[in-house]
Amino acid sequence: MPEITFREAIRQAIDEEIARDERVFILGEEVAQYDGAYKVTQGLLSKHGEKRVIDTPIAEEGFTGIAVGAAMVGLRPIVEWMTFNFSLMAYDTVVNSAAKMRYMSGGQFSMPIVFRGPNGPAEYLASQHSQALQSIYAHIPGLKVVTPATPYDAKGLLKTAIRDDNPVIFMEAEMMYNLKGEVPEEEYLIPFGEADIKREGKDISLIVHAKPLHMVLKAAEQLEKLGVDAEVVDLRSIRPLDEKAIYDSVKKTNRAVVIDESWPFASVGSHVAWLISRNCFDLLDAPVELVSSEDVPMPYNHKLELAAQPTVDKIVAAAKEVLYLK
Amino acid sequence: MAEKRIADKYDRDFLLKLLEEMVIIRRVEEKAAQMYGLQKIGGFLHLYIGQEAVAVGSMAALDLKKDYVMTTYRDHAHALVAGMSADALMAEMYGKATGCAKGKGGSMHMFDAENHMLGGHGIVGSHMPLATGVAFKIKYLEEDGVVLCYFGDGAIHQGAFHEALNLAKVWELPIVYIVENNQYGMGTDFRRISAVHDLYKKGCSYDIPGALVNGMDVLEMYEATKEAVARAKEEGIPTLLEARTYRYRGHSMSDPGKYRTREELDEYRKQDPILFLKSDMIHDGLLTEEEYQEIDKKAKKIADDSAEFAENSPDPEPEALYEDIYV
Repeated sequence: MPEITFREAIRQAIDEEIARDERVFILGEEVAQYDGAYKVTQGLLSKHGEKRVIDTPIAEEGFTGIAVGAAMVGLRPIVEWMTFNFSLMAYDTVVNSAAKMRYMSGGQFSMPIVFRGPNGPAEYLASQHSQALQSIYAHIPGLKVVTPATPYDAKGLLKTAIRDDNPVIFMEAEMMYNLKGEVPEEEYLIPFGEADIKREGKDISLIVHAKPLHMVLKAAEQLEKLGVDAEVVDLRSIRPLDEKAIYDSVKKTNRAVVIDESWPFASVGSHVAWLISRNCFDLLDAPVELVSSEDVPMPYNHKLELAAQPTVDKIVAAAKEVLYLK
Repeated sequence: MAEKRIADKYDRDFLLKLLEEMVIIRRVEEKAAQMYGLQKIGGFLHLYIGQEAVAVGSMAALDLKKDYVMTTYRDHAHALVAGMSADALMAEMYGKATGCAKGKGGSMHMFDAENHMLGGHGIVGSHMPLATGVAFKIKYLEEDGVVLCYFGDGAIHQGAFHEALNLAKVWELPIVYIVENNQYGMGTDFRRISAVHDLYKKGCSYDIPGALVNGMDVLEMYEATKEAVARAKEEGIPTLLEARTYRYRGHSMSDPGKYRTREELDEYRKQDPILFLKSDMIHDGLLTEEEYQEIDKKAKKIADDSAEFAENSPDPEPEALYEDIYV
């Protein structure tokens, strides 16, 4: 199986879906002539032409709203936001229009649209360019929210997102674009709402989504040295959420740590931790722990910015807490 | 014999259609206001009374088999002209299962996909990029259509307006923006908060032609829109029309209207769009007072029947709460 990067996996999905369906197109800042701010769309303009790969001005509310209107009448746009930080300029049209159109029209309209781009902290980017915003999107009924962490998942989930008739928030990460992984050459789709067990174990469930998966896998290796057999549950999609996979794992391990790089207050992580506490109460041998980003804006200083995020050490410490290991 | 005002230019059936549409909108909305008072309708109710010529005149230039309209929460008139039945409209305001959106939208969210009435949008300014996206679809699929996008004088200061107009021009999209300048954004006189008082000039920044239209004159609205529609379809040039108009009622039902004078309101009532067209038609011998009374009687019956239909319709089933969120 060929090894490709996360970036290439996303590019392949977009490329194949544009070729497959004439209603699919991509628009956003720098996606065409510049070949993408993070080179995700490299080569797509020359291959598919300017009707399908469209540069926009720096006007997130405007071009995102245009895509929402086009989706309402049957086109299937992929909106690239240069980062999710800038998506806040378009938050109104996503929340008030894309997520509500079907409901407030009594089911008259579908909304086949994907909003994608890098989410979460990279390095040295300070407060406005380092936010992990999945929680504020996951809060909204009417949206689907997908957070792949491997090239294989990214490609299969993005193809599913583009073929979905609902608005899908698809979150990538700058720090993952160069990550390599095996991706088959033949076509495949990954359905939403199916978590993936990235590491089987029996002593503790580490439940994660998005980029921190890779930290969690390292933490699991460290725990193994302590004689702890950790299971890593990668949620992959937040909405819909594979609750069954979470409970099945906790049933087996009786202990859980939830890892989420967004802030702790009213977050995906706090919600998942609450679900486990509520639905697995009798199975739990310890309170559920949450490892999130610190409840602060992101600082520029590198030591401080690392301290603001989940780390392998924090995850191991939380696991030991739940295992009553000193 | 006095010179004809309109008879030489328009045929009687067309004029009757415009007159009937305006009278039906008015009578249905008066009925809605009455039923709001009786608490049959709740929440916000934004009435169009006084502005009827804008929707009726402009939409007369459309073929809704291929053209589209999108508007704000002041949307009853556009829905009726597009072809939604008064029954489905009134039932929606009552929140009944027989409403156009099964009782999930209410007064502000009239949608009729089949008749290309794309809502009914509640966030001021937010729908302008959406309407522009519909025009994008028309161009993308190489269809022969146009979008009329309506909004108020209050919405024109939103960034969405400027972002939408810029891209409509850059991408040469078939769209006509119609600012229904009823002169008050809720209770704020547009002159107090707009650097430019001729709103149609705001298209200049984007090299988009603009025109001021008497929004109390249904035929002037029709002519200006027809010209803009042709320009959009044939040349891909968007237009910004400013329809200077007036709403007789408050912004919504809760508005005491203390920001304007009785005299101003009375002055506009003299220019009433229905009386305007009616008197021109009578003058030209195209209508008699008796015929007008018959039109009005029919409109009142449509309004009464719609309230009766809504009253007798069922509420949505409880499980409807969880339906229509995802496909």
